[in-house]
Amino acid sequence: MAKKPKNKRRDFLQLSTVTLGAVGTAAFIWPFLKSMSPAEDTLAAGSTEVDISAIEEGQSITIKWRGKPVFIKKRTKEEIDAAKMVQASDLRDPQDDADRVQKEEWLVLVGVCTHLGCVPLGQKVSDMKGEYDGWYCPCHGSHYDTSGRIRKGPAPKNLDVPPYSFLNDNTIKIG
Amino acid sequence: MDKNRKVHQFKNPVLNWIEFRLPIISYFKKEYGDYPMPKNCNYFWSFGALATITLVTMIVSGIFLAMNYTPHTDMAFDSVERIMRDVNYGWLMRYIHSNGAAFFFIIVYIHIVRAMYFGSYKYPRELNWILGVFIFLLMMATSFLGYTLPWGQMSYWGATVITNLFSAIPFIGEGLKTWLLGDYNVGNATLNRFFALHYVLPFVIFGVVGLHVAAVHVHGSNNPDGIDIKTNNDSVNFFPYMLIKDTVAMCAFGIAISAVIFFGPNLMAEVDNYIPADPLVTPAHIVPNWYLAPFYAILRAVPDKLGGVLLMFGAIVILFVLPWLDRSKVRSCNYRPIYKWFMMGFFVNFFALGYVGMLPAEGLYLLIARVGLLYYFGFFFIITPFVGWIEKPSKLPLSISDVYAKNIAPNIGGGEKGIPSPAMQKDTNL
Repeated sequence: MAKKPKNKRRDFLQLSTVTLGAVGTAAFIWPFLKSMSPAEDTLAAGSTEVDISAIEEGQSITIKWRGKPVFIKKRTKEEIDAAKMVQASDLRDPQDDADRVQKEEWLVLVGVCTHLGCVPLGQKVSDMKGEYDGWYCPCHGSHYDTSGRIRKGPAPKNLDVPPYSFLNDNTIKIG
Repeated sequence: MDKNRKVHQFKNPVLNWIEFRLPIISYFKKEYGDYPMPKNCNYFWSFGALATITLVTMIVSGIFLAMNYTPHTDMAFDSVERIMRDVNYGWLMRYIHSNGAAFFFIIVYIHIVRAMYFGSYKYPRELNWILGVFIFLLMMATSFLGYTLPWGQMSYWGATVITNLFSAIPFIGEGLKTWLLGDYNVGNATLNRFFALHYVLPFVIFGVVGLHVAAVHVHGSNNPDGIDIKTNNDSVNFFPYMLIKDTVAMCAFGIAISAVIFFGPNLMAEVDNYIPADPLVTPAHIVPNWYLAPFYAILRAVPDKLGGVLLMFGAIVILFVLPWLDRSKVRSCNYRPIYKWFMMGFFVNFFALGYVGMLPAEGLYLLIARVGLLYYFGFFFIITPFVGWIEKPSKLPLSISDVYAKNIAPNIGGGEKGIPSPAMQKDTNL
């Protein structure tokens, strides 16, 4: 066997070669992995302006924003009251109705179930609306209330509220 | 290099010329000619060959489909319809490919049932079993990717639901999902990469199948009695005996798959997949392909997102460690009076899970799925280790020939004379 100092020198060379090789390989792999992330044009997907003047009370429309459905609903008095009456602490994903809306008659939601990404039913009059009279996801049976909060079923979270603002009384800008 | 290397001599000089430079002729002779198969192997042992043939059929039909398919969200659905209507024999290619996928799973499931019931996964074939489970995983991934390509409603929403499974992982889930999709939802970037991966994965499968076959050839095939070959009397050569037997199985398989391709090509298809993908409308009833349904039933049986996803993947991963959960040294369930029934129960249970996986997850169906889930994991974690411990196996035959000696009337006097044993004349190398 070689002497101690020589051994150390060889160990150092071996270790630094392997380390440099590993760093080099990782640096080589990174662009390939990164190329699978959303491209710049995908990230640049912009905002959408929606005219809401024609929506009747109790009616809900679906628009497309960044490839996803967005629900815009003009809620009735009963629906607002039902949403307000709930104690946030009783919910799976605790949130007050007031934190989910800017104007209480207008509810804006990303229409994608937080379980596995289906579009919940409840937009049409004839649709099933679930046990809490909001939305019902047919894929795996999640029930959402009139504030889009998860009440029953496998979904872990409330329906997302997208970033939006009222440009005037008749127009909402989403995104 | 090695001048003294012993080169196999053939009568044909061309073969000798090749053999001297690349000993591939003797390899094929050894592995597919003289290769000894236990003589008691039944038709269950033909499903490995059937699976290989199906894999090749899938690759060939897939390559020809790819010549006419366009992986773009605006054109994918129409290009598939064009294959069906305008491309010469396009309908045949597509029906072979779509039904071939279903038959591939039927064959592989029977192949797995065979390995489980007759204990093929046990020593010394554990690695072989692991490679097999790995092939099964690759097959599921490939079929999922392929199902996305026609870009119908089921394609789109199936892809959405399955990729959303990854979002259940804490902290990195959402980011991982976005990275896999190349977008915030299933879109053109997703379709493109799914097509690329669907094209390449079958070749990866082909490679792993090569290892799987090489591994089984080291210790030879298991058999219905689960005992090792002891003498040449116990085996027959692969060629011509097993090749002929596999050919008979292949004919039967060809008739079965042709009947479906020509007379019921959409029996196993979902009607909703003939509607173009619509990101704003989810079909009322999303169902997976039937061959993935048992795992889908497990996913839905759990009322928690992360829990469901973990158990579903766990149901597959658990298969990897089966050789170490089973403590019994006896391979074949034919000699395991207690475990045999639990094993059959496992198959029935798996079938039941698949059945409810295709139905809405509510009421009685949900209850069946939950009981099925308990039995599935109970079988692996409780029944398999403990039955091996308490069970007293029946007496194993002394050798494979001994099985026949018992089956044949005593007046013939010790079986061997009663049945032809061609392997006797040949020098088989174990």
